[in-house]
Amino acid sequence: MAEGNGNGLTGLLSDLSEQFRSSQVWTSIFRPGSPFRGGYSDSPRNRSYVVMNNVLYHLHPVKVKRHGVRLSYTLCLGGLSFFLFVVLTITGIFLMFYYRPTSPQAYFDIQALATDVAFGQFVRNMHRWGAHLMVLTVFLHMARVFYHGAYKPPREFNWVVGIILLLLTLLLSFSGYLLPWDQLALWAFTVGSTMGSYAPVFGDQVTFALIGGVQISADTLLRWYVLHVLFLPFIIVLFMAVHFWRVRKDGGVSGPL
Amino acid sequence: MADIPEDILRRSAEARAKAEGRPVDEVLAEMTGKAPPTPVPAESAPVEAAPAPAAAPVGSAPAQPPMASGNGGIDVAALSVETGVPEGILLRATRARAKYDGLADPTIAAPAGGGTAVATAPPPTTTATAPVPVIPEGVRTQRLLTVVKAGAIQQVKREPTDKVNVWPHLLAIEFVALLVMSVILIAISIFIDAPLLEFANFNEQPNPSKAPWYFLGLQELLAYFDPMVAGVLIPTFGMVALMVIPYVDRNPSVRPSDRKLAIMIFTFFVVAAAILTIFGSFFRGPGFNFVFPWSDGIFFDDLLTILD
Repeated sequence: MAEGNGNGLTGLLSDLSEQFRSSQVWTSIFRPGSPFRGGYSDSPRNRSYVVMNNVLYHLHPVKVKRHGVRLSYTLCLGGLSFFLFVVLTITGIFLMFYYRPTSPQAYFDIQALATDVAFGQFVRNMHRWGAHLMVLTVFLHMARVFYHGAYKPPREFNWVVGIILLLLTLLLSFSGYLLPWDQLALWAFTVGSTMGSYAPVFGDQVTFALIGGVQISADTLLRWYVLHVLFLPFIIVLFMAVHFWRVRKDGGVSGPL
Repeated sequence: MADIPEDILRRSAEARAKAEGRPVDEVLAEMTGKAPPTPVPAESAPVEAAPAPAAAPVGSAPAQPPMASGNGGIDVAALSVETGVPEGILLRATRARAKYDGLADPTIAAPAGGGTAVATAPPPTTTATAPVPVIPEGVRTQRLLTVVKAGAIQQVKREPTDKVNVWPHLLAIEFVALLVMSVILIAISIFIDAPLLEFANFNEQPNPSKAPWYFLGLQELLAYFDPMVAGVLIPTFGMVALMVIPYVDRNPSVRPSDRKLAIMIFTFFVVAAAILTIFGSFFRGPGFNFVFPWSDGIFFDDLLTILD
């Protein structure tokens, strides 16, 4: 069989693809050095360009220490936490199309996901289990960083940002817990929010702010819906940006190069 | 001299021309060796005037060469051997000092077969010096000392570290990790449905009612402590304690063998949190009373739907 020599169908296809990948439109999308561009060859220079000329350069340097690449070193836990966050955002946006945060519709909308919406139940499952997994990966990521002593100077502050991210992850998960508006959601949320009422001095005020009234109602649902889909994601994205930026500035996953 | 870049030479020539009040081209030609040197200042004396090492018998006090006596000649070559300073630099330094002191150029004045003692040389007077070029008021003269290639003086030595390119080595691993996580999540989502119980009913509280699993450790603490302690103070204290770890742990080492105490304390709290969470999840039944999950059943709605 011909290998891209212009002989036969595969050759023709490969020539066409090469031409297409060298076109102005394509090369305007993928910056120099991208392996998606036509004429890419594997060279040390191009390997550097792949990262340097890419949005990835915000996350990774061109080179890292060899031991930092070992899977057993980080287990990719931070990256996986971020990946799960992206998955949760995508599935969450999907769910928002079919959900109304009002009293009884919320419950029926969730029910309808299983019956009326294509892949509705599947996406809801992904959203729920993904949330549990993210709590787990964020926690394990924190433990990994501790056992490597990776919070030591100059990375002290990034550890603090990481703890804030852990807290925000828990809050995001918890705020979503109420939204199905079923018995599990209502009473789990009741137990959780009751803890806030034990706050010293301001207990009543905290409860009022948390449930949007003197007792849990449809107003509480709306309040936690907005917290869940807008407020907390907005805050966590800000902190994630700082977190990733500091990882790069403080020397990357495996200590300063 | 041939290696000096053109622009630097040019600048140097301009500066000197300005200082000496001569045309730039003339100076430039002189510097590049295209014209014979003007005999005006002592500086323009050819280097060849320096006495040959063997022929220079003069030995001034080496500790303070040019100042020693204002003598008629200094053996630059011998001095160079003695002090280890390159001959050319010594020569220049000597001339500059002489010029500054208003003396005649000692390197030229030294006669090839000169006297044996320094002291015998007649001390030159200031009137004997060569005419010093007139420098206009307010003009700072500059001299091009030497052009040194960067590599010769900047020896930046980095510890060689074993590094690999992020692409493809790290990105490939990350991509595989991402795929594996996707497969796990999709598999779970296909086979296990997210729980959905009956419609929320304010009048019917399930017994027991439990928080999400990651808060069950705290809920377990509620069984032992005052609500304000277990529900507010302990979690707040825990978060603050986590945040101040880097500022409390001043031990710079990252080797586990150097960090036994830190690891011990952290592990203690992680294990305690895990035990409390497992306890709250599986060993608490109706009324949040103690049960054995294997005999009394599991009272954990999140998990029950998974087991169904």
